[in-house]
Amino acid sequence: MSQAASEEEALESVAATTPGMVRLLLGNRVAVVAGVVVLAFLAMGLLAPALAPYEPSEQHAEAIRVAPFWQAGGGTRFLLGTDGLGRDLLSRIMYGARVSILLGVVVVLLTLVVGAGLGMVAGYFGGWFDAVMSRVVDTLLAFPFLIFALAIMAATGPNLVALVLALAFKGWVDFYRVARGDVLAAREADYVTAARGLGASTPHILMSEILPNILPPLIVLATLRMATIIIAEASLSFLGIGVPPRIPAWGTMVADGRADVASAWWIATLPGIAILLLVLAVNLFGEGLRDALDPRMRK
Amino acid sequence: MWGRFVTRRLIQLIPVLLGVSFIVFFTMHLTPGDPIEHMLGQAGHVTQEQIEELRGHYGLDRPLVVQYGLFVGNAARGDFGLSYSHHGRAVASVVRERLPATLELTLFAFVMALVFAIPAGVIASLRPQGVFDRGATIGALLGISMPGFWLGIVLMIVFGLQRNWLPISGRIDLAVVPPARTGLYTLDALLSGNGAAFWSALKHMVLPGLAMAAPMAAMVMRMVRSSMIGVLAQDYVQFARAKGLPERTVVGKHALRNALIPTVNIVALQTGLLLSGNMIIETVFQYPGLGKLAVDAIGAADYPLVQAVVLIYAVSYVLLNVGADALHAVLDPRVRVA
Repeated sequence: MSQAASEEEALESVAATTPGMVRLLLGNRVAVVAGVVVLAFLAMGLLAPALAPYEPSEQHAEAIRVAPFWQAGGGTRFLLGTDGLGRDLLSRIMYGARVSILLGVVVVLLTLVVGAGLGMVAGYFGGWFDAVMSRVVDTLLAFPFLIFALAIMAATGPNLVALVLALAFKGWVDFYRVARGDVLAAREADYVTAARGLGASTPHILMSEILPNILPPLIVLATLRMATIIIAEASLSFLGIGVPPRIPAWGTMVADGRADVASAWWIATLPGIAILLLVLAVNLFGEGLRDALDPRMRK
Repeated sequence: MWGRFVTRRLIQLIPVLLGVSFIVFFTMHLTPGDPIEHMLGQAGHVTQEQIEELRGHYGLDRPLVVQYGLFVGNAARGDFGLSYSHHGRAVASVVRERLPATLELTLFAFVMALVFAIPAGVIASLRPQGVFDRGATIGALLGISMPGFWLGIVLMIVFGLQRNWLPISGRIDLAVVPPARTGLYTLDALLSGNGAAFWSALKHMVLPGLAMAAPMAAMVMRMVRSSMIGVLAQDYVQFARAKGLPERTVVGKHALRNALIPTVNIVALQTGLLLSGNMIIETVFQYPGLGKLAVDAIGAADYPLVQAVVLIYAVSYVLLNVGADALHAVLDPRVRVA
């Protein structure tokens, strides 16, 4: 028991320094592999114009529903086959990574900044602002996230700005709650009292003293949220009310393949594998990050 | 004592529900696009007079605030207005027709998730890092990383198309529909002693039910596992073992009962998410429930119908959480004080 406790303390003191965190993270083989997979997807999306063998919307009328290379009828011309319009699936999957990752990052950053900002203000000052916010948060928490996004997208139709707002509308609540709770605790901490005693301004205390201390759990949450957002975006796109149809997106591609599941299973299946791999990698990396940044949360 | 707790939670619900209805109503109404024009889109030539008449018919000529007031007042009495599609039928009657299908499928998925998740979580907790635990942990990770619509399609391809084991669309074989009593086909079939109908209805729910249940099963499994690991290390469990009680009693009675308390909340939360998954899975499997109704209504710009279904999902979600809090209070007296 005491050995476990001292081990935990040791971990905490290691994790208290940035190099220590990095070392813990790098020592976690699963997290490292997951991080590499995420980077690979990122590179694939960024370099899609150079890597993809075809334009994502280029239709090959003579090559409709060609099977992937390992199947009878498949070949090296279209490695992962083609869809019902004769578009190259590999190219479309590569381009599809762009919108998934871009939306994931934009939405997560937006919700992180808004949520953590409001949460810090509410936690630090309390008062009427905190009271009003807690009512708003209660209402939003009562709302199932995907149905909420669906309602917004139903009203606006597929478009990227609305999609970001729909996905972000409730997402900031989690960051708000974490930030508010942590600031509430930090407000009375010695280092904050000391800064106040030295005459530091309130913005300085919030941004330079408190923020760095409450950041690790927020970063972990942001990573794990990214996985949720990617799935939510794909789900909305699958329903035809997410990413506009002219932009290649994984969810849309699965929907495109639905009509052909009986004759050409790969059209709907392969883009879904891309979603699964990316989300899995993001989740595993997030869990590794959590273990490294906050050893107390270790299972 | 806990009656008062529940009453208080129910009263706290009122502002939440008002907020929810406010958001639903205004997202639907503040966006560009005139539903009347959408409705008349295919109708060819119409006069301005006819447009105005329709607008009056649906109450769209009044100020938005008045419309909202009417919407809330009517919704509270179960009146959601007239559907723009469905030949102008009352939204409430369209919804009532589809509700049992969704209820049945959701219940089925709920049971399926728990039937897999609880035993798996318990077994995994008995030997942390053992073979079963590792397998279950990987399975759970896949469960939460997989988009539900994709899992649905894969199940459909593997079990419905490549092997013709299970039906991939609809609710029941139309030749054996049982006489309607509850609207839940499995129950109606049992009530009328129709075995063929029962099997048909059940078989139609297996694939959509599995696809819906997967993420919930994964989350609940993880929660049961970690909760059990915590409880198994407690002194009273060690004491029960030391008394010489059989392991089955120690795990099943002393440990599991306590481990399930924190699980109640996550089950409620996940059941709420089950409802979100429901919309997508019903669409994938062409299952004629509320979820598919809502997605079709979105396509038809039938806002009253979308509003009603979204509100129903949101209210169920809220009530589930209150229910979980109440259950939690019953199981764990410490909660009631707060």
